[in-house]
Amino acid sequence: MAKTKAQAKVKAVKPALVVDDAKQEESLEGTVLYNVPFPKDLKQLKGMAPIIIKHPYHIDYVHSYGQDSPFFAGLANKKLLATRCPKCGYTYATPKLHCMWDGAECNWVELPETGTIHCFTVCHFGSEEFLKETPFILALIEFEGANTRFLTRLIGFDPNQASLDWIGMKVKPKFKRLSKFKPTDVYFVPA
Amino acid sequence: MRPVYLVSGGVSKFAKARPDVTFQPMVKEAYDYALKDVGISQKRFTEIADGSVASYFSDHFQRQLMSGIMVQDYLGLCPKPSHRVEGGGATGGLCLQEAWKAVASGYMDVCVAYGFETMSHVQTWKGNEFIALASDVSFDYPVGGFYSGYYAMMVTRHMKEYGTTVEQMAAVSVKNHMNAYHNPYAQKRDRLTIADVRNSPMVAWPLTRRDICVMSDGAAACIVASEDGLRKLEKAARTTFKPLVKITGIGRGTDAMRMADRPHLQVPLFPWEEPYQDLKYPGVHSFRAGRTASIQAYRHAGITNPLEQIDFVELHDAYTSSEIQTYEDMGLCRYGEGGPFAASGAAFLPNVDYGLDFPGEVGKCPVNPSGGLIACGHPVGATGLMQAVFALWQLQGTVKKHFGDGKLQVKGAKRGAIHSHAGTGTYVTVSILQRA
Repeated sequence: MAKTKAQAKVKAVKPALVVDDAKQEESLEGTVLYNVPFPKDLKQLKGMAPIIIKHPYHIDYVHSYGQDSPFFAGLANKKLLATRCPKCGYTYATPKLHCMWDGAECNWVELPETGTIHCFTVCHFGSEEFLKETPFILALIEFEGANTRFLTRLIGFDPNQASLDWIGMKVKPKFKRLSKFKPTDVYFVPA
Repeated sequence: MRPVYLVSGGVSKFAKARPDVTFQPMVKEAYDYALKDVGISQKRFTEIADGSVASYFSDHFQRQLMSGIMVQDYLGLCPKPSHRVEGGGATGGLCLQEAWKAVASGYMDVCVAYGFETMSHVQTWKGNEFIALASDVSFDYPVGGFYSGYYAMMVTRHMKEYGTTVEQMAAVSVKNHMNAYHNPYAQKRDRLTIADVRNSPMVAWPLTRRDICVMSDGAAACIVASEDGLRKLEKAARTTFKPLVKITGIGRGTDAMRMADRPHLQVPLFPWEEPYQDLKYPGVHSFRAGRTASIQAYRHAGITNPLEQIDFVELHDAYTSSEIQTYEDMGLCRYGEGGPFAASGAAFLPNVDYGLDFPGEVGKCPVNPSGGLIACGHPVGATGLMQAVFALWQLQGTVKKHFGDGKLQVKGAKRGAIHSHAGTGTYVTVSILQRA
């Protein structure tokens, strides 16, 4: 489209969308670094120490237990549940909805009232979330009639007296009265 | 499948933290080294390279999604094909094998495998939390949330099953730290005694801080080529590359994420191996994925007696205990004999003084002559590629040139195995490298 004389004239005078003395509002939040040394000679910039900043990174994450939800409902009702394949009878002490051998959908069953320690460790350090709980004892528990094992915390053993003799000892589950809907709603103690 | 050569490689100096650079220039350090070692300029190499594979493990450590492409463009490799590979601790091993696939299949003649990890963005205990997210977040992480704890549980079972001792594990730590003493790329170059290892702070009983690898910032790069690719590279370098190193065996295996789910079955046997009586396998004491990968890689490479036919192994010793477990998976000894094998001297270098007395022949098959993960560091996405680079230098006989110290050179090495391992044994790769 051909420009009219009037349009050309307006543009030449003043670009209406541009503001003089433009400035972004500043805030006092976040990282504030005062007074960074800066050389006059740009060649010296390669010798500059790195600028290292720290900033928080928090998220609330929504996690569904999905098909495993009945297990956590079980813990809240003082029941330790496993899943069992209707076809081959393979029993998962840590629940799996589908059997890894034949793909069939498993049924929920209760585990026996006692189990034995399959292996264990005493954690003197941990990830940040659990650091305040150290030292704590982790163990895999095996059950009569179950083919896989269950990871849990052991209570009632002295963490400073760790011994291979703990392996094979009989233990029983105890349930927290106030469910947090975590696998730690159950823990094991000497039977 | 076409023959595949590992032509060149480079490694950045592994360090607790590299605040002086972001990840892209760190990869470039390794990449530039690999190019310089074959005497080809970046400009010329870019004309020849067909594409790449990128390797890094954790988006949590990075807090930068799509980091692979940022390396690709920094190295000037855009718009060539590339993809990222991720498989926990085995990420680097998988990356090398993806590059092998690209070349072996005829898809590429020259493929770059590069990897890195920057673990210094968070404190160690937050880092442990990030790593523990590589365990079932419904059933494992909320209970323990700690990989050292998982490995410690596995080794208490190994000890109970076979009588493995903490001193045998400590011997692995002494060996790998002492080897690293002669490796300028390594992070922990320490002369230790068995007592030093046992007296260092307990992390997860019975594993002390010296039984466990450290977190690192680091990068590594490998150049992989077909015969045609090799000719193109030689033409660009105006020389012939000698000696050549081929990738002659590739193997991979997997196992259930949750240790609790590991079944009790029979051992998948090597063709030459006698069956085991009453051994519930793998349970949590052994890595079925490592055995599966070894069977495939040995079959591929025509290995029928690994201890005799492999001159050295670079394996994934994230823990001294897992090195012992891996001896067994890889058939360097039978299941149950990993502990005595560790203390026998077979896995030590004959010309390094460890301050230990050995009951057996020293240096039958040196394991982790570089110092392994325990002493070199474990910047996850780089680790498996670092092993490939160190193995390449061993097979070329160029350890002295690259380390400035020939102490770690395995004399006359013709065939090496590298082993990369994820999770509590979830993904494992074994690759065989051989002097052509």
